[in-house]
Formats: sequence, C-alpha cells, structure tokens
Amino acid sequence: MSFVEYGDTIKDGDTAIVFLGHESMFPVKVQHGTVTQTKYGVIRHSTDLIGKKYGSKVTCSKGGWVFILHPTPELWTMNLPHRTQILYSTDISIITMMLELKPGSIVCESGTGSGSLSHALIRTVAPTGHLYTVEFHQQRAEKAREEFREHGVEHLVTVTNQDVCKNGFGVSNIADAVFLDIPSPWEAIGHAKSALKAEGGRICSFSPCIEQVQRTCLAMEEYGFTEINTLEILLRVYNVRTISLQIPDLGKAAEDNSSTAFDSSSPSDQGSPCANLQQGTVQFKSGVPLREVVGHTGYLTFATKSLV
Amino acid sequence: MEGGSSARIREGDCAVLKRDEVFKAVSVLRRRKIIFEKQWFYLDNAIGHIYGTTFEVTSGGNLQPKQEVEETTTETKEAGTDNRNIVDDGKSQKLTHDDIKALKDKGIKGQEIVQQLIENSTTFRDKTEFAQDKYIKKKKKKYEAVITIVKPSTRILSTMYYAREPGKIIHLRYDTLAQMLTLGNIHAGNKMIVMETCAGLVLGAVMERMGGYGSIIQMYPGGGPVRAATSCFGFPKPFFDNLHEFPLSKVQSLLSGTFTTETLPANPEENALLEEESNGLSEEKQTSLQETEEEPATEAPMEISTTEEQDTMDVNAEDVEFKGNKEKENVREKQIKQWERRKKLKEAAALLREKNADGLIVASKFHPTPLLLSLLEFVAPSRPFVVYCQYKEPLLECYTKLRERGGVINLKLSETWLRNYQVLPDRSHPKLTMSGGGGYLLSGITVVLEKGKSDSSNSEALKMEEPSSKRCKLQDLPC
Repeated sequence: MSFVEYGDTIKDGDTAIVFLGHESMFPVKVQHGTVTQTKYGVIRHSTDLIGKKYGSKVTCSKGGWVFILHPTPELWTMNLPHRTQILYSTDISIITMMLELKPGSIVCESGTGSGSLSHALIRTVAPTGHLYTVEFHQQRAEKAREEFREHGVEHLVTVTNQDVCKNGFGVSNIADAVFLDIPSPWEAIGHAKSALKAEGGRICSFSPCIEQVQRTCLAMEEYGFTEINTLEILLRVYNVRTISLQIPDLGKAAEDNSSTAFDSSSPSDQGSPCANLQQGTVQFKSGVPLREVVGHTGYLTFATKSLV
Repeated sequence: MEGGSSARIREGDCAVLKRDEVFKAVSVLRRRKIIFEKQWFYLDNAIGHIYGTTFEVTSGGNLQPKQEVEETTTETKEAGTDNRNIVDDGKSQKLTHDDIKALKDKGIKGQEIVQQLIENSTTFRDKTEFAQDKYIKKKKKKYEAVITIVKPSTRILSTMYYAREPGKIIHLRYDTLAQMLTLGNIHAGNKMIVMETCAGLVLGAVMERMGGYGSIIQMYPGGGPVRAATSCFGFPKPFFDNLHEFPLSKVQSLLSGTFTTETLPANPEENALLEEESNGLSEEKQTSLQETEEEPATEAPMEISTTEEQDTMDVNAEDVEFKGNKEKENVREKQIKQWERRKKLKEAAALLREKNADGLIVASKFHPTPLLLSLLEFVAPSRPFVVYCQYKEPLLECYTKLRERGGVINLKLSETWLRNYQVLPDRSHPKLTMSGGGGYLLSGITVVLEKGKSDSSNSEALKMEEPSSKRCKLQDLPC
C-alpha cells in the first residue's frame, strides 16, 4: 500500500485503518509479531492481517469483528494524531479544486501542521508533482517527515523547517499553487508570489477570523493578485431515519372509517409492511440533520497570480 | 502525461473567455466571430499571448492586450459623509442617453466615458467615499469591456456550467463536484467507473485528476456517451487512450454472464463523434441531442438495420457488385467500424469483469438505487464510492437498499453549503445571495461481501452503525 497507490493485500509495514463501526476507527501500523487491542479483543498482525485482502472482515479474539481498510487521505484525516488544529475533507476538497491541482502540479504549503491537507495534496499531485511544505515548529516538521516516510510518499514531498513569513518557501518561480494556513498570512503573500511560476498560478489562504481575511485581501491586492474571492464551505450530514408520526384523533364519525387515505397509500409508498401495523400512525423516511454541526471552520480566500 | 502544454494561447486550443464572473468556453480559431456578453470580436490577436491575459475589444472586433493603467482617480477627492441631502430628482446626470451613445459611437474608450459620467454627475462629490467607489465600479463594469482568456479547468468549467446551464449538469454545484472528487479518492493510477449524465463534466473532472494515468470506464445510457463538456477541457490525445465506454443496457447481461458483443447498442461511435463536433463548444444543441438519446426508437432500428444489411449482402450479392465500388467501400468501412466498436466493447467488458475497480462515481438523472446495486459489483473491496443526486429522497432509499445488500460501510448522506463574501475595508459581509442548493451526496466504502450471510447480523459494530435499521428490524418481527 501507499497513500498514492492502491494495493490489494495487507503487507508488513503498511498503515491500515481498523474500522469498528459507525465513525469509530483508528489507524494501525502493520508489523509481524505485533498485536492490537480493540474492544472486540486482540488482532494478531501476523495471522489476522498480513496477506489478507483490504476490506476483509477480521474476527477478533473475543468473537467480535472489524473491517480492515486501505488508507486514503480522507480516512487519515479522520484518524491522524492531532498535533495542531487540522483541515477536514470538506475544506480540503474545495481547496484542491479551486487551486486547480492535478497530477504534476507543484504546490507550496505552510504550515504543515498535522499533515492532514499535506496527504491530500500529495495524493492529487502524484506521481509527477511535488509538495514543498514549510513548518516553523521543529518537532512537528520532523514528525511530518517521519509520517511521509511511513506512508510511502517521501519522494513526493519536501519538508522545510523555517518561518515562511521571514524566509519564504525555499523555492522560487516553480509553484502552480500556494496554500497558507498560518496566523498572519498577509506577511507571507510576497513570498507566495515569488514561489509561484512567472506565468502565474493560484493561491489560497485559510483563516478563521474575518480580520485576518481583510488584511490578507489587502496584501493580495497590493502584490497584484487578481480574482480575489473569499468563500466558506459548510458540510451538512444527514442521518437516515424512519420516522412515524401519530395521526391525531379528531373524533371522526364512525361511518367515516379511519383515515382511508393514509392506510391505502403509506404501505406501498414506504415498501414497508409495518406502515399500517399500528393504526393511526404514518411512517416515512427522512434525512435528519445532526443535533449539532460545525458552523464555521475558516474563510478560504483564493486569488490568481497572472503574468509577470 | 499531464499534457503540460504551453502557457500560451495557440490556434485550435480550447479556451475560456471571462468577463467579471461570466465564463464562456470557445475554441480558438482564426477569423471566427465570437459573441460574448453582447460584444462581438475575433480571437486572432489573442494567439501567442499567455493564458490569463486581459484584452480590450477595439473597433472592428479586434482584441488588444490591456495595459496596466495607473489609477488616476486615487488622488483624494472631496466626498460627503452621508446622504441626508442627496435627493433623487433623476437629473443628477447631465449627459443624456444620446450623448452617451454619441461618445460610444465615436469609439471613445470606456475609461474616458466613465470619467465623463463622473464629471457630469452633480451628486458624485456629495456621495460618500464608499458610494463613489461603488458608482465607479458599476460604470466600469458597463463601459470598460475587458475580456480575460483563461485555460480551462474543472474549477472554471464547473463554475461556468453551474451558472450558465445548471439543467445540463443536473444542478451539480461546483463545491459538490469538488466533494465527489475528494470523497472518491480520485488520483493518478486509479481504475474508475463513472456513470454520469452531466454532459461529460464529471468525466472531465475525473480525467483531470487522473492526469492520463490509470483507466476510466464510462457507463452510458442510450446510444453513446455525451462528452460535450469533456471536450472543453482540451485534454491531450493520450488521455483518451485508456478511456473506455460501456453501455448501461448491457450491465445485467455482463453480470449474469450472458453478455455477447453480437448485438451492439445503436452505433455510439458515429453518434458520439457527431455530437462532439456539433456541440463540443457551443453547448446550445445539447438538449436536443440528449432528447434523441433517450428515445429507444433510435436504438432498435439501428440494430435491425445492421443485421438486415448483412442479409441483403448475402442474398443480392450480384446487385451489390453491380452498384459499383463506392457502395462496397462504404459497406466495408461500416464493417471495419463495427469491428472496432466490438473490440472496444470487449475491452471495456473485460475490464469490468475483473471486478476490481478502484471506485465508482455516479451523477445522473436516473434513480441511483438500481445503478448502485449493479455497478458496485464491479468495484474492489475497500474502495470509495460517491453518488450524486439532485434530490435527497432517492438517496434515502438508496441508503436503505445498500444497507440491506451489505458490502458497504461508512455510509454518509451529506450536502454542502457555499457562502461567498465581499471583503472590502470596513465593508465586509456575506454576499447578498447564495445558491439555494447544489444537490446531495451519498458516499461510502466497499468491503468484502459475504455471500449468503446477511450483513445486518447482531454484531455490536453494526448496532452502532445504524440505529434506525435496528428499530425497523424490531418492528419487522410481529409482521
């Protein structure tokens, strides 16, 4: 396996995702002779994992079972060890499209943080593109390097430990796109411009506060960026539920015979034999929003560097 | 393989014209009149310039690169503080409609017209600084017609289609498309199955993300795949080497093992080629084409005619000979074409039969449930799939049916909201309008399907996955 290439079977050294149930999963490094504890019991890597197909059901020692999944940047995002606040797949997807990333793209990113976005960027620009990522926190930079090595993508990424606002990205005139997720992006716009190719490219800055966005937009304008556009993307997830609503008793006349309209229509509509089991209720399927959802992650400001 | 074609505009390129937020896809041809945003011009002069160049339309419809003008209006001028004394008497502009028209006819630059309008506005000085700014912007937009020529990309084409022709892409908003590409883990080297009725926009987006590496099998309804939007991307030829197509109407026979290439669906080759040529870039004719595609009538006669042709050939062999070589050649050409089509169909069938695709993307006008239940058979375990639907309800059913089938986990029904912002000093706020809806997605991951065993066994894992199915089961019991 690698994060940029699918493999069929689980091998020694792979990073796999153990899926326990609804949104409950964790990553595991596959190693001969190692065991992993789950609430359903022990998984023995040598016998339970290595050589098995990704997507298989694995029975644990207590009889419960889990699925073993091939890693993807999206699964990694949901399971990675947080060293910082991270970007989630909803923002990542619009960033990737709006930066026009594809195989072969050269991207600059800062900061690396926990590497959530980095994995997605590497996946998209592989096998011929490259990611230059800058992280001023030494420990985080090293941890990121280690992860990229473990995930088989180190040839696609260069991690530099420096301050992007002071020292830039360490490259010039080679990037197709730049992404900034730092507290003061306006201080890095000049460096971003020089990292981008002479003939142009795209830039994106992620900031939680509108004041940051304002300063960034002013800086972008000052450096001649065009098509400056700020947006926000929000994810709404729906739970699929079968709902039954009671029909109120309005004291109908006896000969009226209980709500014929409902009784005749609901069973066929729902395809459920239970729909008219309990007299006086109507069942239907609904997509119910979660009780609480993410209302704000950050503003995304995009712009184009055009020409020299 | 990325087709790192030059950054310069070349003859024959597929390009996109941009004026403010309005886009139009065109193909760059000499001496071809283009009409865009009520203006007409030729692209001849744009050839050789770098993509991203902004042009002004000059008299005679020529394009001229716009020079960066130093804004002369930045000198601090007087401005009012509020509008308490500004009265709308309709007389603040001293220039009449005729005056403005005369200026335009004289061929005076838009910039100067705007300047004249400002000078002849009696209220301009009393407006607040912000209001002056807004006034100038509005007039500039009207009189200073500048066009930028940009390279096509998923970003630009999906924005363009959503704004101009949302009906043709079943209202798939660009952020929803972005979700699909990410949730589907689309990347170089994949073997993807794509089933779409979005004029080929989704196919193009997948092709862009795969950069010519890997393979794509496009499932199509009717006589052939529609790729009008795909052709706007201007992909290099090699990108099409591993693009396969397979008719939806043959899926059941392929799954049951009775598939043969004996009866081909209506000649997709010819249809598809014609479609691409006639409406590759001018999207106008597409609706009618889609309509004809839906007609099953076109399918049946084609099949019959091909077999009939062979019959008559056998019976009236002499006649054919008699009619001369030309017809003979035509017949042979047809046979060659048919042979090629059969070969391609066989290749696509072979790829599907391996049942090891790396993902499935569905964005169609059809009900998603039957598509999913069949097409997922071709996907390997531990691979993502994403289904788009303009409406939520069919995805609710699809969700339930997939649960019953098993072999899928992490099912998620979602929607994204997109909000655009105006960011200006002291004037930042969300834009006044936002899109009402960009469709819904159902995504998940395939796992090894254990035949015979119902996947909703009483494991704790599933109990956590879907409480509602449990509730249903309990109610099932007394029935």
